[in-house]
Amino acid sequence: MKVSVKRSSGFQGFEVPRHPSQTVLDVVTYIQRVLDPTLAYRFACRVGMCGSCAMTVNGRARWTCRTHVDSVLGKNSEMVIAPLRNLPVIRDLVTDMREFFDKWAKAKGSFQGRRTRREDFALISSEDKNRKEIDRGIECIGCAVCYSSCDVVAWNPDYLGPAALNRAWTLVKDERESGNAERLRAVAGDAGCHSCHTHMSCTEHCPKQISPTSAIAGLKRETALSLFDRNS
Amino acid sequence: MTDARAQTLLWMAQRASAAVLGFCVLVHLATMIYAVRGGLTAVEILARTRGSIAWFAFYTLFVLAIVVHVPIGLRAVLGEWLGWRGPARDWLLAAFAGIIWTAGMRAVLGVFG
Repeated sequence: MKVSVKRSSGFQGFEVPRHPSQTVLDVVTYIQRVLDPTLAYRFACRVGMCGSCAMTVNGRARWTCRTHVDSVLGKNSEMVIAPLRNLPVIRDLVTDMREFFDKWAKAKGSFQGRRTRREDFALISSEDKNRKEIDRGIECIGCAVCYSSCDVVAWNPDYLGPAALNRAWTLVKDERESGNAERLRAVAGDAGCHSCHTHMSCTEHCPKQISPTSAIAGLKRETALSLFDRNS
Repeated sequence: MTDARAQTLLWMAQRASAAVLGFCVLVHLATMIYAVRGGLTAVEILARTRGSIAWFAFYTLFVLAIVVHVPIGLRAVLGEWLGWRGPARDWLLAAFAGIIWTAGMRAVLGVFG
């Protein structure tokens, strides 16, 4: 098959043999090991757990390790592989993820409990409504596919993005949390949840079937309600 | 007012005005469909609206919803497509809201008075 790979210097064409059950990551690895050892790309687990191999394949952000060549390539068509959109490129297919994770911190994405080690565990039923809401978003592994697919990030580079806002939502719904007033202030504003246009590209493309759009809608509701809360 | 609070209020105003607009557009369209059945004349329109407090109140509400909704939407368009943010953008949009209000109410008063 013909494969066009975005290099730092521009697109470069390669001819790669096809195999049954071949993944896009197999293709990139073949190019790097057999055809051109200078190609830079990133991967780790190869089984959809680490989220480090995401790239833009035929215009769509995907995990390359979990994408079969057959699913993106019709007969005699060409495959185009590029780095993730909306992130600075370090080299070839490798993007700089700092900005992406810095935004998780800006969205107050770390847990701030109120109990000490001398107190008992918080007992939360798995049937609890808030706990179920958390379950819908907690499996995010930070691959940045949603961030790369988001048009609002492209238009407003300060926008926190779907993953950071989804993370904030899982904490807003956590009854053990103590920092939610500050978190809701952090996720509002021009760079926050209110800039989301509900295009749903994040939800459409998330390999974990998470819906950041729902999380962002929840944050919009909670930030609105917090205006009426005297304690926040 | 903090940016977070202002943005939240703008978002609420945008959603609330959208709900009002949805209602107003439906009433407006339904009235139009009803009114044009026997042909549309200025005399017929003015006979319905002139001196009618109810139609005056309805179209004033319609204009108000537009005055709130349109500048907030344009604010996002200017920010995202032209990268224009900051106070100058808001002043321009406030002036634009004034123009929509003046033009809208001129039309409303035109068919009421």
